[in-house]
Amino acid sequence: MTTARTDARRRPALRRLLTDPQAMVSASLLTVVVLLGLLAPALTDHGANQANLDAVNVGIGDHGYLLGGDKSGRDILARLLYSINTSVVSALIGASIALAIGITSGLIGGYFGRRVSGAAEWLFSLIMTFPGLLLLIILMPVTKGDYRATMVVFGVLLSPGIYRLVRNLVLGVKNELYVDAARVSGLPDRRILRRHVLTVVRGPVIIATAFLAGSSIAVQSGLAFLGLGSSTVPSFGAMISEGFTNLYEEPLQFLWPSLVLGIITASLVLLGNALRDALEGGRPQPVRIVTTTGYRPPAAEGDAVTKLLTVNDLAIAYPTPTGELKEVVSGVTLSVAAGETLGLVGESGSGKTQTAFAALGVLPAEAVVIRGSIRLDGRELLGLSERELRAVRGTSIAYVPQEPMSNLDPSCTVGAQLVEGVRAAMPMSRGEARKRVLALLARCGIPDPERTFRSYPHQISGGMAQRVLIAGAVAGRPLLLIADEPTTALDVTVQAEVLDLLRDLQKDLNMAVLLVTHNFGVVADICGRVAVMREGTVVETGTTEELFAVPKHPYTRGLLNSVLDETTLRTDPPAASADALETEKR
Amino acid sequence: MTVYLLRRLTAGLALAVLVTMITFLLLSTSFDDVAGSVLGNGAAPHQIAAQKAQMGLDRPVAVQYADWLAHAVRGDLGASYFTSEPVRSAITARLGVTLSIVVVALLATSVISVALGVAAAARGGAVDRFAQGAAMIGYVVPSLLVAIALVYVFAIKMHVFPATGYTDFSESPSRWAGSIAIPVVALMMGGVAGLTSQIRGAMIGELRKDYVRTLRTRGIPTHSIVLRHALRNAAGPALTVLSLEFLQMLGGALIIEQIFALPGFGQYAFNASLQGDVPIIMGISLFGVLLVVAVNLVVDLLGGWLNPKARMVR
Repeated sequence: MTTARTDARRRPALRRLLTDPQAMVSASLLTVVVLLGLLAPALTDHGANQANLDAVNVGIGDHGYLLGGDKSGRDILARLLYSINTSVVSALIGASIALAIGITSGLIGGYFGRRVSGAAEWLFSLIMTFPGLLLLIILMPVTKGDYRATMVVFGVLLSPGIYRLVRNLVLGVKNELYVDAARVSGLPDRRILRRHVLTVVRGPVIIATAFLAGSSIAVQSGLAFLGLGSSTVPSFGAMISEGFTNLYEEPLQFLWPSLVLGIITASLVLLGNALRDALEGGRPQPVRIVTTTGYRPPAAEGDAVTKLLTVNDLAIAYPTPTGELKEVVSGVTLSVAAGETLGLVGESGSGKTQTAFAALGVLPAEAVVIRGSIRLDGRELLGLSERELRAVRGTSIAYVPQEPMSNLDPSCTVGAQLVEGVRAAMPMSRGEARKRVLALLARCGIPDPERTFRSYPHQISGGMAQRVLIAGAVAGRPLLLIADEPTTALDVTVQAEVLDLLRDLQKDLNMAVLLVTHNFGVVADICGRVAVMREGTVVETGTTEELFAVPKHPYTRGLLNSVLDETTLRTDPPAASADALETEKR
Repeated sequence: MTVYLLRRLTAGLALAVLVTMITFLLLSTSFDDVAGSVLGNGAAPHQIAAQKAQMGLDRPVAVQYADWLAHAVRGDLGASYFTSEPVRSAITARLGVTLSIVVVALLATSVISVALGVAAAARGGAVDRFAQGAAMIGYVVPSLLVAIALVYVFAIKMHVFPATGYTDFSESPSRWAGSIAIPVVALMMGGVAGLTSQIRGAMIGELRKDYVRTLRTRGIPTHSIVLRHALRNAAGPALTVLSLEFLQMLGGALIIEQIFALPGFGQYAFNASLQGDVPIIMGISLFGVLLVVAVNLVVDLLGGWLNPKARMVR
């Protein structure tokens, strides 16, 4: 099962590689260079160290030296070709030592638990704490300058990186259910490692190998450039160093080895990047935070707007991989009057959250508003600039999210986040803002506001965090509060308290609330009117009593019937809702 | 806090002892050559044995190491076999040169990478393509070649900077800046590439998070969301990369010093290593570890300041 799946995933990866010009060009260049090195004895009659005193610094083609001679009268072409072999051997030694140590210990450390990995971890961080090149230099008396011995040491120095990579991958896959299943069904560890774990490790290791080879070659040339190592071993580094001292008179002697060395290391890096893109998918692309929509709604049709929020025929779409637009919200029309509470109900993926985000102007950057209008207190929100929206947010329209923890900045104290929000909504001094925040926290039912003010998000409970977020939302006395499933992620006991708080605040501040939920218990508890959404449209709107008594739309009836009793609350973890959001976007 | 610092310093010292011990063990396999190179070419075996005995290299390795350690604790790192120059003062004199290029390069790398990485993640488009292109060039072109190309263009052709040599800061700050300018740029290339990619990736991840949206709904300006909130959260992993870059640069500085004939740590280490000058090699490995310990401590303290959760663990 697993093998079939990975095969299916791998084949397109291979095909992607074969059609990727970057991968093909860099791989072909490397192949050509390696072949040139292997064929060196056939391609040139001269040895790498064979000197002809008549041929010192001779020009191109002189004395049978195709690329001329160096300052000792040796054939530059022959030296270049044999230097390739030195580089290839360095890359092979460095990379294979690093891979052998790194993969073995990574598999063991990752798969077999803490004690082994503790010891390995300690050893590898020890290796990592020493500057590699310095160590290679001071160990010269030990390696006797043999570049192969040096590369063995360098391979050991590179191994911690591979160890960490493999260990993290193994730890990740170890907790996968299918590996658990394999273990429970009694497969021996050896087979699990081979069948399930190695398939996961393979891709990243292949990518890392390209970079290992690249850095081995770079370090070997660097050391040879410094003059560490035997002068009889032909090497780009030694050639560059000699060319460097001769740079004024014969710049070409410097250029040739630099060019070949540059081609090799560049090809390895480019190949590594192409492999990464093919095996792991593209690198993440930046997403604009500021998401002003390009859509400009037509001017209002004259009729006086009486409602606070009017959403009219709103349609939102997302681009699919093929480039077409797929509508996730198609023609939503709803309105919220000042001071009332509207429940926006519907199953996951019905477009509730997208509608709410559109009203706040915080749709993801990929989202496209196709048509419709959103008016707040008579003012069109679609098409406003971020600066204009900023003036509206906090003071006219505010937001309480679903998952409290992920909606607080983890490295900023609760107080600092709230003070910043208060001051953004209403200009005031830091001291005033602080007093106001403390009062708000107390008003939102936080027992020790001073303490919570100083706390970091991870130091307070989920229920507390949700109260903090509510305090942050109502800080600017908004006209409309949009609450997106504000109780879903909370413990059952806390849910009722948070709903009570919302109800109280609504009365105090006389704000309207748009409550996104899929919980009819919550709707019955707090909402005056309900709009039922399905597949991107509102299928039914009415007062809560009407809707519960005589649901008109079959979908509403279905939803109501699926409620077992009025105390049923959603119990699945918030992660599921996050997935639901993903589906909505698609 | 004090307890934490003390614990970290003790761990650092233990590490220094361990690393120097391993270095000494490895070096002890080549003591014959060391004695031979002190005597010069063609020394007979019995002369070498006598020389080893005279230098104390024939004693058990453990005794020799303990002897070295006992002196090192008192600040005495011995003297060069060849020049009799005291190791400690020689290293501290040269360390200034190396540190001035490494620290300046490290600071410049941080500033440039943060600016490029943040701009790439927050703006996207042309800025992002530029940042990715620059990072790619930094990865692809060996810094050795960059250094030599820079010397060729700016020192030999344009005479903007001196090609080689070092002027001390206390002597003339402007000439000091000129003498380290090209080495610093050459040293930065790889570091900027690595750190920019890291910050770009981490910032992209942060800017997608829920709290960014929630901060937006409070009317908080975009620049504050990017710089005060997202960057602070993205900076933790970037600091780890920066401490690894420091190691890289310390290594890279050795090559760069050679190209620019800077009288630094690297050249000193290099010559000592060629000659098998054990006291100098030991002194250098000790200073190397202490440098790394110091930098890691600074990085961890910065990380704790940035990330309240890491602070809790202590």
